[in-house]
Amino acid sequence: MTQQTTEPAKAEPPTSALDLAEEFLDRTTPLSRIRNTLHRYPAVSPAIVLVVAVIVFGLLNDRFLNPANLSLITQQVAVVGTLAVAQTLIILTAGIDLSVGAVMVLSSMVMAQTSVQLGLPGWLALLLGLVVGLAAGAFNGFLVTRLKLPPFIVTLGTLSIFVALTLLYSGGATVRGAEMPELLTAMGATFNVGGVNFTVGVLMMLLLYVVVALILAKTAWGRHVYAVGDDPEAARLAGISVNRVLMSVYLAAGAILALGAWIQIGRTNAASPNAGAELNLDSITAVVIGGTSLFGGRGTVWGTLLGALIVGVFRNGLSLAGLDVLWQTFAVGVLIIVAVSVDQWIRKVRK
Amino acid sequence: MTTATDAAGQAPAVGPAETRTPILRARRLVKTFGRVVGLDGVSLELYPGEVLAIIGDNGAGKSTLIKCLTGAEIPDEGEIFLDEKPIHFKRPQDARAAGIETVYQNLAVSPALDVAANLFLGREERKKGILGSVFRMVDQKGMREKARNELRALGISTLQDVTVPVENLSGGQRQAVAVARAAAFGSKVVVLDEPTAALGVRESNQVLELIRNLRDRGIPVILISHNMPHVFDVADRIHIQRLGKRAATITPESHSMTDAVAIMTGALRE
Repeated sequence: MTQQTTEPAKAEPPTSALDLAEEFLDRTTPLSRIRNTLHRYPAVSPAIVLVVAVIVFGLLNDRFLNPANLSLITQQVAVVGTLAVAQTLIILTAGIDLSVGAVMVLSSMVMAQTSVQLGLPGWLALLLGLVVGLAAGAFNGFLVTRLKLPPFIVTLGTLSIFVALTLLYSGGATVRGAEMPELLTAMGATFNVGGVNFTVGVLMMLLLYVVVALILAKTAWGRHVYAVGDDPEAARLAGISVNRVLMSVYLAAGAILALGAWIQIGRTNAASPNAGAELNLDSITAVVIGGTSLFGGRGTVWGTLLGALIVGVFRNGLSLAGLDVLWQTFAVGVLIIVAVSVDQWIRKVRK
Repeated sequence: MTTATDAAGQAPAVGPAETRTPILRARRLVKTFGRVVGLDGVSLELYPGEVLAIIGDNGAGKSTLIKCLTGAEIPDEGEIFLDEKPIHFKRPQDARAAGIETVYQNLAVSPALDVAANLFLGREERKKGILGSVFRMVDQKGMREKARNELRALGISTLQDVTVPVENLSGGQRQAVAVARAAAFGSKVVVLDEPTAALGVRESNQVLELIRNLRDRGIPVILISHNMPHVFDVADRIHIQRLGKRAATITPESHSMTDAVAIMTGALRE
């Protein structure tokens, strides 16, 4: 309604005073204009939050904007940022995946164990880790599309299953990076850009964001993901196979989680069956703070990257400010609630 | 100039229509649900370039008739011809592939996608060259251009910006998007199920205008509606269902609204 299109000269005038009033209100309330903008570009609000947070923490502590500290933040964000891409895809379809961290850990243990115990070459171990990620995604996708179970319930169940499988398979033992083939720990290697050290894992995560963002924005599949999350019935009537789209999303998520496993091994220089328990929920946090709607059909992976960075910046900044670690957790909780409240408000653009 | 129910299922004679070939023809359709008879030998003819309204009381068989024509239900008996060729739809996609597009009452649009993306939803066009074939990129610019042309051709002047998400549109504009999607892509028949039921006066008028535009472009329309003034405003012929049968096919010139209601309720027999 607020488009700047020029009406044709013979445009039919609004027929009643009510219509006039409606259009008048629609155009002139500054708040509703802000809301319309946020509605159209959901990554705007997390971008503002991130910029403000960086400025505030930079003012609070000199060390915050230190290149070494910024590098540390990106490394801390790399794994959860990768998992959050998978989570974004699933949440865009109005689903949710509580098992992303568990799948990542299972995949990383398979990579580590098959290379160390079976002596497989690095590339084959990575491939097996990918197969595990895809199989886990296929299992979740099967339960969601064929048995028509809600994704929340499916992944709550598979979370326990994958955690148990990981511990059974690994015997609870951590595998050190030094024992693994070099390829498996390659994501931990660092390189220098303008005085800031980045790891290959961070670069890989950024590359993943670019690729997935392009696919979502530029391909028919990407549009179908949004359409399915938006209104599955409308998507079906438009001739889209909803189940096929859902299945492909869970498979893609599984592949991304395997990539996350690789990055995790590089980041910690180890594969531990007890790692990543908090990542199941942290990935959801990043997606939600990034402005993606839990109701599906709305959001971008760029918002998710901002969301992951916001969490990383808050945790790091608050700890540099000398606050108890519990206050970091507290702040993240507040961020989630504020983000979802803003989402609800934005969605009220038209009843 | 009116026609009575023809038990034999022959085309009723309405003005010059008798000499034309119907684009869509149903012969003696029967559909039962358990012991309930939904359709009891209903015939219907849709001619090129006309708006055929289907009216009837609740339970008269309007919806069942439409579902049989659009593949959502499979009739137990009877035949359906499209362009004089017998057709057997098993699912809605079959009817769509054959050129029968349906706009559902619940507005099958994706709110968060923009107007152009909705018009092309499920049949996106890819870019030329390897960007399209290898990288599977959609031709956003081309589809937006085509969407603009399509909307202009349909006379939808209120929708000039095809990049607006559909949820930012009014009910009438959304209906226009749904109708435009049905009318685009060379469809042969457009079926509209209660398109004005949820709309205000001004928006209803826009949709009625849109229906006339469709007809003027040569696309025949089947319109299901409860709203007598709308039906009499826009329809060329009116098919009246009563108790699972075709009670009559009338025209707005030959009968008044009161007559139509009387036929619908059985007070008047043709």
